[in-house]
Order: sequence, then structure tokens, then C-alpha cells
Amino acid sequence: MTDLLHHPLVEFTTEHAPLQFINEHGQRVENQHNAEFDQYLAHLSVEDLKSFYRDMMVVRRFDVEATALQRQGELALYAPLLGQEAAQVGSGRALATTDMVFPSYREHGVAHTRGLDMTKILQLFRGVNHGGWDSFERNFHMYTLVIGSHALHAVGYAMGIQQDAKLAQARGGQEAAAQAAPEAVMVYFGDGATSQGDVSEALGFAAVNNAPVVFFCQNNQWAISVPNHLQFKSPLYLRGTGFGVPGVRVDGNDVLAVHAATRWALDYARHGHGPVFIEAVTYRMGAHTTSDDPTKYRTREEEAQWRAKDPIDRIRRALEDEGVWSEADDAALTAELEGFGEYVRGYVRSLEAPPVTSMFDHVYGSPNALVEEDRAWFTRYQESFVDGEGDAQ
Amino acid sequence: MTAVASQVPSAQTSTQRLPFAKAITEGLRAAMRRDEKVMLMGEDIGALGGVFRVTEGLQAEFGAHRVVDTPLAESGIVGTALGLSMRGYRPVVEIQFDGFIFPAYDQITTQLAKMHYRSQGRLSVPVVIRVPFGGGIGAVEHHSESPEALFAHTPGLRVVSPGSPQDAFVMIQEAIASPDPVLFFEPKGRYWEKGPVDLGVEPAGSADTLNRAVVARPGTDVTVVAYGPTVATALRSAEAAAQEGVSLEVIDVRAVSPLDTATIVQSVKRTGRCVVVHEAVTYLGLGAEIAARVTEQCFYELEAPVLRVGGFHHPYPVAKLEHEYLPSLDRVLDAVDRVLAH
Repeated sequence: MTDLLHHPLVEFTTEHAPLQFINEHGQRVENQHNAEFDQYLAHLSVEDLKSFYRDMMVVRRFDVEATALQRQGELALYAPLLGQEAAQVGSGRALATTDMVFPSYREHGVAHTRGLDMTKILQLFRGVNHGGWDSFERNFHMYTLVIGSHALHAVGYAMGIQQDAKLAQARGGQEAAAQAAPEAVMVYFGDGATSQGDVSEALGFAAVNNAPVVFFCQNNQWAISVPNHLQFKSPLYLRGTGFGVPGVRVDGNDVLAVHAATRWALDYARHGHGPVFIEAVTYRMGAHTTSDDPTKYRTREEEAQWRAKDPIDRIRRALEDEGVWSEADDAALTAELEGFGEYVRGYVRSLEAPPVTSMFDHVYGSPNALVEEDRAWFTRYQESFVDGEGDAQ
Repeated sequence: MTAVASQVPSAQTSTQRLPFAKAITEGLRAAMRRDEKVMLMGEDIGALGGVFRVTEGLQAEFGAHRVVDTPLAESGIVGTALGLSMRGYRPVVEIQFDGFIFPAYDQITTQLAKMHYRSQGRLSVPVVIRVPFGGGIGAVEHHSESPEALFAHTPGLRVVSPGSPQDAFVMIQEAIASPDPVLFFEPKGRYWEKGPVDLGVEPAGSADTLNRAVVARPGTDVTVVAYGPTVATALRSAEAAAQEGVSLEVIDVRAVSPLDTATIVQSVKRTGRCVVVHEAVTYLGLGAEIAARVTEQCFYELEAPVLRVGGFHHPYPVAKLEHEYLPSLDRVLDAVDRVLAH
């Protein structure tokens, strides 16, 4: 019988602890593994580190406000990201403005790093529209609710980047093609999505095309109520290797590790080396959405263990230990968060249902008789309720 | 100008007799020459030219970067095509056979169909999905199905099927020019049938062709409605009926969705009788929709109930029995007799 414990794959896996720069106590970690990635943090100033912390705090406040708004009946549903702030802020801030992001439906923190007002996301959860923002305004595509579907869209988009270069070359414009800033695509999904065929197909298409796309998997341990061990057996960061896509496992609660790994991966993809798979090991501290109850499927002990690894606490401790976070900083941030909270609440409450007939708009990009028939019928039906004085009943 | 233009008979210079399949090839070629953002993707479409050779010669002309052999994964083909369309491309993907479209069903119905609506018109995803469909070629299972109603039932998709080589040539170009995702169902049983094709016809780009039914043969006694592979069956039925003094008007639906109800209704109001013919399972097929609409709008003109001639409610049968399954000239004429008996 094969000795599984001494299988090369298992040895490889156990040898490679997640990439980490700051441990759960807020202490700096130095080892051979992270030394390779050091250069991807060299550009960061103290102000950058403080802004990472600030971003994570804003994102957490957003989460708290949105969850409360759902409980008050102002939102139909909300998908909390509590606990995943480092994974999202660290990776999002590694992106260039020109890069394109394909999020799942929990990437509120990434939206924030793109400069998108994440409050707009709540239009979707309030039920006034299915999107609410322009995908190209900040190169942050609309949310995709069908798990894993968008991994293929991301790869297709990355193939489009390559196609642009090929067409330019075919036209004899090699110089123009070479001068264009290299673009990359990043797709976000969770551990549950790796069970979907579309994610595997996306890895295959990306690999054979050498497409400039980074697969960013936030392994938050739970696919609603189903834990990792019921979803997969081989570590997720190895998922791409069978397709020829290298993988990196990072501590998803360490904003610096996430940032370094993502910068490396985007660089790698952008410069023609092909796709990369990043597994950010993190924990969804809240529910999957406000509709489920985590006490039904996991223990308080598990939650406490992960709470001790809180991504925000550790960067805060690191800043304090460095002596770069002052009381004045704290006061300013607290005031900013209070103002932001008020803004989120006011914004959500101001979102009204769209005009009823708008539901017939944009079904097609060109005239369509079926939609027009329905629109005409509905308009007549509505008008039939109008009394002599023109008031709708 | 119009008068002058009509005096230049393009038919004399550019009309050829082409098989259905080659008419589509020529349509693809014209669209690719016109716009470098048009690209083809699918399984075996490059060097092989597709299992039906519809893309034959196109990779040699346009290069492997525009005629792309993909991995064998239908969801992957459609999903990546969607991403490419977001980048400004007009991908035309080939699903090798009708019965293999289902792995891509999710991408087509939950993603492609809804992107324009979800984005409130900000995003267009002009992907064309070519599907050789229908039976009559003696194939094995999953190679002869007619799943068009499943897609016609999904708002956001255009579903079309040409009934003649000329339409095949023009409609594939209109489908590519359309800002909407289009399911382009090609009647594979007729791929080898030849017909005149005017290669000088340019697409209007107004989606009009994708919205309109046409009268393929005028008549006065019974309206026979068909699309794709059954257009030929309906026309042959009309020939046979004419010899017995019965005049059938044949309507080629062309657009399964949106359905051009007006053209059908106009005809039935004159004839008072209607028979719908398609290969797909009759139950909840397009015929049911047409019968309902005709009944609603021609109630006082109808002399008989609207009848349907279509597939039975079972999986597409084995090849040795398919001739009994497919709507035949005899079954169409039987339905014609029944509506005339009222």
C-alpha cells in the first residue's frame, strides 16, 4: 500500500505553510518563503500601511451597517464579508487601474479599493436593480450570483486582451502593441466555487491560452453550511497545477502577504507568463448571507479560534508596535467611520423602486416585438385604472 | 437612386447555387472580412473546418487567432465568448451538435441572456451560437435534437433558424451584426441541399431579418407554418397539395424568438386554417405558442382548430426509426385534410 503521508504531493503541501508577513500576534515574520516576495512590499510607505488599515476599517463598517440595515428590513438580503477584509483590501490594492476585475458577490472590499462607492452594491440587495454600477467605470464588473460562471468571463476577457495584441500585430502595429500598458484580469471566487465545473474549465482555457488572468480564491472555509473537507481533498492552491497553472497559498488574514502574493501574480500574468491561482486562507466570520444561521453548522470554538486571527487586529497591532498609529489618527478615523455609517444608512433609505415600466427596458439591445407587446399591454392595463381626473388608483 | 440600383441585377453577377452549409460559410467569410472583431470559436472548427465543414478554409484565410480551436468544453466556449464580447469582440461559437448544448445551457440562459438587462443596457454581449440541429441524417443519440424552444423561452436571447441557403447567408451576417446574443439553429439535415445564393446581399444591420417571417409560397386554402428543416417539407407538401387542387400558403418563421405573429395572423385571416410543422417535441413547442396566438387573434376567421405536426413526447428515436418520427409530407397533408374537413 502506498504510504500516503510520504507522497510527494503531501510533503510539498505540508512543507508550504501559507505565505505570511505578519502573524496573528501582529509580529513580523521572516522566513525563506516570504523573502522571495519581499520585493513586492518594498514600495509601501508607512502611510500606505495606515491606509490599508483605514480601508479595512471602512469596509468593516460598511459590513456592520449593511447587516443592520438588513435586520431593519431595509435590505432584502446581504452577503457579509466580515473577516475577509485583508484578503480583499490586500489583493484589490495590488491591482492597476487598467486591470479588470470579475467579482463574485461578496467582494465589497475589492470594490472599495477600485474606488467604486461600495454603497452602490446595496441597490442589488435592496432589490431596486440587478447591478447598479457600470462595469467599466472602475473596471469592476457587476456581481455574478451563479457560482463560478464569471471565472469563464474573466478568462474570455483576458483572451480579448491577447487578441487585441494579435490584431495589432496582424496590422503591423507591433510597436503600438508593445507600448500599450500590459493589462491583467483578476477573478474572485470562494472555496465552494472550486467545485463548479466552470472554474475548472476556466483554468483549462486560461492555461492553454496563457491568458493574463489571476484566479483569486478566498477560502473562507465554508460553502454556506458545507465545510472544506466535504468540498475537496487536495489543497486548493494546488488546484491549478493539473492544468499547468501555478498556485500560491497565502494567509488571507495577513494583508501584507495577500498584497505581496497578488502583486507577484499580476506581474507574472501581465508579462506573458500566464495565469496564477492564489488561495487566500481566511474565514467568513459572519453568515453566508443574512438568511442563514451559522450556529446550525459550526461551533463557537471554531469561531473563537478564527476571531483570534482577525485580519484587522493584527495590522493594527503591527502599526502600534511600530509606533506609527497615534491617538489623533484614531480620532480622525472614528469620525470618518461615523460619517460614513450615516451616509450608508441615508443612501439605502433613499433608494426607491424604479418606475414600473422600466422592467421592460434593456431586455434586448435592439427592438423586440415580444417585449414591446408586453410593454404595450401593461401600459394599457395600468391606464385602465386611471379615473376621470387622471389619478392612478 | 433606388430605381438605378434596382436596374443593376446583382443576381447576374453574384448569384451562385450553393449548398446550405456553404452559404453559411460564405456568410461567415463576409462578416469576418468586414470586421476584424468577428472571430470564430469551437471544437474542431480550425484545420478540420468543423464536423460539417461549415468553417472549412476560414482558418487558412483568417489565421488561428480568429478561427480558434477550443478545448472540448461547451460551457467554457460560451463563457469565454461572453468575456471576449465584453472586450469588444463578436465571437461566433459553434456547438458541434444540438444535444451537446446543455453543458453550456447555464452560461447561455443565466449569463448571456441577462447581461444587457442586468447592466441596464450598459453592456452588450453580441455572441452568436451556431447549432446544427434537427434529425434526418441517421445519427446516434444526442445528435438530432431540436432544443430551440428552451432558448426561445428565455428572454434576452434571439433564436433564429434559416429555411433557405439565401437566408442562411444573410441571416448569419445579421446575427453577427446584432447587439443581442443569437442562437442560430442550422437545419443540419439540409446542409447539402443547394439553392441560389446572392452573395452580393449586404446585411441591413437593423435586426429586421431576425424579426420577420416570410411567405415562402403564397396560397389561399391553408396556412402552413414551418421553420428550419421543415420549411422544405412544407414546400414539398404544398407542391403535392396543389396537384390535388388545394392551395397551401407556406410561412417560413425564420425568427423563433421574437415570433413575427403579424405575418402568420395576416395569412390565417385570409385562409381561415392553420397547420404548424416542426421537428421539436410538440408539447410546449413553438407550435403551441403559434396555435395560442392564432386562436387569440383569428378567433372569428378560423374555420378549424389550429393543428400541429411535430415530434412525439419521447427522446429522439434511433436512426432506423427516425423517418417515422420526423414530420413527413404525408403527416403534413393529413393535418391539412383534417383542417379542411371542418
